[in-house]
Amino acid sequence: MALLLTILIDGLTYASWLFIVALGLTLVFGILKILNVAHGSFYALGAYATASMVALFTSMQLAPAFSLVAMLLAAVVVAALVAPLCERGLLRMFYGRDEVLLVLVTFALFLIMEDVTKLIWGVNPLYVADPYMLFGMVEMGTLSYVGYDFMLVLIALIVGVSVWWGLKRTRFGKLVLAVIHNEEIAASMGVNVSRVYALAFSVGIFLAALGGAFTAPMISVQPGVSVGVIIISFAVVIIGGLGSIPGAAVGALIVGLARSAAVHVWPVAELFSIYLVMAIVLMFRPEGLFQRVQARKI
Amino acid sequence: MKPIRSMQTALRASALTLSVSLLMFGHAGNAAAEDFKIGIVSFLSGQAADSFGVPAVNGAKILIETFNQGKAPAPYNKPGFGGLNIVPVFVDENGGATKQVQELRNLYDRENVDAVVGYVSSGDCLAVAPAAEEMKKLLVLYDCGTPRIFEEASYKYVFRTASHGAMDNVAAARYLKARGVKVNTINLINQDYAWGHDSIKDFTLSMGVLYPNAKVQADQRPKFGAGQYGTEISQLMSQPADVTHSSLWGGDLQAMILQAAPRGMFRKSLVVLTAADHVLIPLGDRMPEGVVLGARGAYGTLAPKSALNDWWWNLYLNRWNVYPVQAPYRMAQGLMALKLAVEKAMAANGGKKPNTEQIVAALAGLEWEAPGGRIKLALGNGRQAIQPTAIGITKWDPEKRLMVMRDIQRFAAECVNPPANMKAEDWMKAGFPGAKCD
Repeated sequence: MALLLTILIDGLTYASWLFIVALGLTLVFGILKILNVAHGSFYALGAYATASMVALFTSMQLAPAFSLVAMLLAAVVVAALVAPLCERGLLRMFYGRDEVLLVLVTFALFLIMEDVTKLIWGVNPLYVADPYMLFGMVEMGTLSYVGYDFMLVLIALIVGVSVWWGLKRTRFGKLVLAVIHNEEIAASMGVNVSRVYALAFSVGIFLAALGGAFTAPMISVQPGVSVGVIIISFAVVIIGGLGSIPGAAVGALIVGLARSAAVHVWPVAELFSIYLVMAIVLMFRPEGLFQRVQARKI
Repeated sequence: MKPIRSMQTALRASALTLSVSLLMFGHAGNAAAEDFKIGIVSFLSGQAADSFGVPAVNGAKILIETFNQGKAPAPYNKPGFGGLNIVPVFVDENGGATKQVQELRNLYDRENVDAVVGYVSSGDCLAVAPAAEEMKKLLVLYDCGTPRIFEEASYKYVFRTASHGAMDNVAAARYLKARGVKVNTINLINQDYAWGHDSIKDFTLSMGVLYPNAKVQADQRPKFGAGQYGTEISQLMSQPADVTHSSLWGGDLQAMILQAAPRGMFRKSLVVLTAADHVLIPLGDRMPEGVVLGARGAYGTLAPKSALNDWWWNLYLNRWNVYPVQAPYRMAQGLMALKLAVEKAMAANGGKKPNTEQIVAALAGLEWEAPGGRIKLALGNGRQAIQPTAIGITKWDPEKRLMVMRDIQRFAAECVNPPANMKAEDWMKAGFPGAKCD
């Protein structure tokens, strides 16, 4: 029973982090039909921007709790500055082209951003460890957890509900859904599709940067942090179904719990467990758990 | 008029450029005979850059500069390599083994380097060694840890100027035994690639000899660059062992420590980190006290007291504003061996620049003093180094505001390295026959 509880807690905290990042990836694909390989780079940018922002807040001698504001602000800055630059300056030129070409373009963007982060922040590790202890410790049986991990679960919930509410209950969300269903008809009805794309891309990038921002206190921020996250995020959105928000949530939970169970019971199968689940899902639902089968236009 | 004037200006500029170029090439042509060109390969980008590559390259830069000025202490006090000006060519190791083989060939064929000193990754070392041998060019491996280089092949032109990784784990096990640590249970957390797997094997074999009743409980193998260790930490803490061993390094090690320390893992178990000195500076007081720590040699805060070490420490500190950790020590070790070998070969060659064959003959079986102690090319037919090492326990020094080492124990090279003509694994399985530990 204790083992089961530990697996659940570890799986849930891991899944929360994964969901925040994967949600942005699935959102961008769902709306813009771009499989954004550079998503991990925006995650890394969020972590780096957090390191700088928290350092700035610390130098201003603000209370430690303000570091949470700094993290949020860092993600907003990345989404407000870098996302429009990439969308307007690069991706926009390739809309309507083959999806494989767009994958290659975002791969190029990934390589460029890897070098840009090194040019700006260098190769030495940066630390923002102080916010990690803001929420103290939580004792559970023989184990103790850092309260920050549970805060991530709460943030994932807030993010998930906000995105759902934004899409289903707001005017902009309805415009986005119209564009998703049929871009041409939406445009003919007066929807500014280009603006919808730009805003949707910024929201997706904000989520990636937010994931990086809230991960920064747990790691040393340095070159290479972007690589691992993109692979595991792809696994999540493929399991859940590309472009599906509930799919991202369920996919993150499945991956988190499968990984947690493997680490506790059969550690050598940690990676295998994730991709085994993915393979099983793809065998029975090649389009993912929450993606409807779509007719192909010829 | 304007276009004609522009054309005249352009012609004058071209003529000037040509003259300057000819002068420079002429100079370079004359100087080439007096140069000793070294290809230096290490990680300038990627995950190993900040922990290993960049500090090692920084070490090479300041040492080569000092060698060229003739300002190093004896026996390294001749300018350059016996009067030959050392010209380094730096190459990034990032990009995989296939790329490194290509880069190595470029260094020898296009850059015309006299020797290559390089490689942190064991995979890269295993890939480039046969290429250098085939080209009959001198290759000095300064860092990588796999014992397989000379245990599974024989080379004439390839040397490794640092001990292989078995030493780190033998020393860690011997340290626990010498300090009287009671060990019945062991937990392991190591990366899921060759380095991690080799470390697990070497540590468990060594502990099997010194603690025959100790049992391995948990064996965690997170992937390289995992970043998130919450689940692994829960598993290790749910069945805490007397000792938790890890060969994690760089960002992975820092992330693991940042996540495990607040949760009390370092209080529940005696943690042994075999390659961790490079995280002491960046982590500062976030590094827990009471951790058994190695540096893959007697390096950095574990280095022995000597005039040569004091000189090296201050040279590096004054230039880079940070003290040297294991990577620059190993780079210095390799460059010092090469300098002595070139100068020895020059002396035998009537003071003229020696060829590769002559340097290889001079380098084989060499013994030299390095900042980390006396190094001997004792294994692999005089091509694989053995060296003394040291292990200690972390302690925060509030005055220096640095994590320092206490209870340092030194181990002779012959105590923690296998003898010649015996594989490390066989030596450990046989209970360290021939080890000289007094």
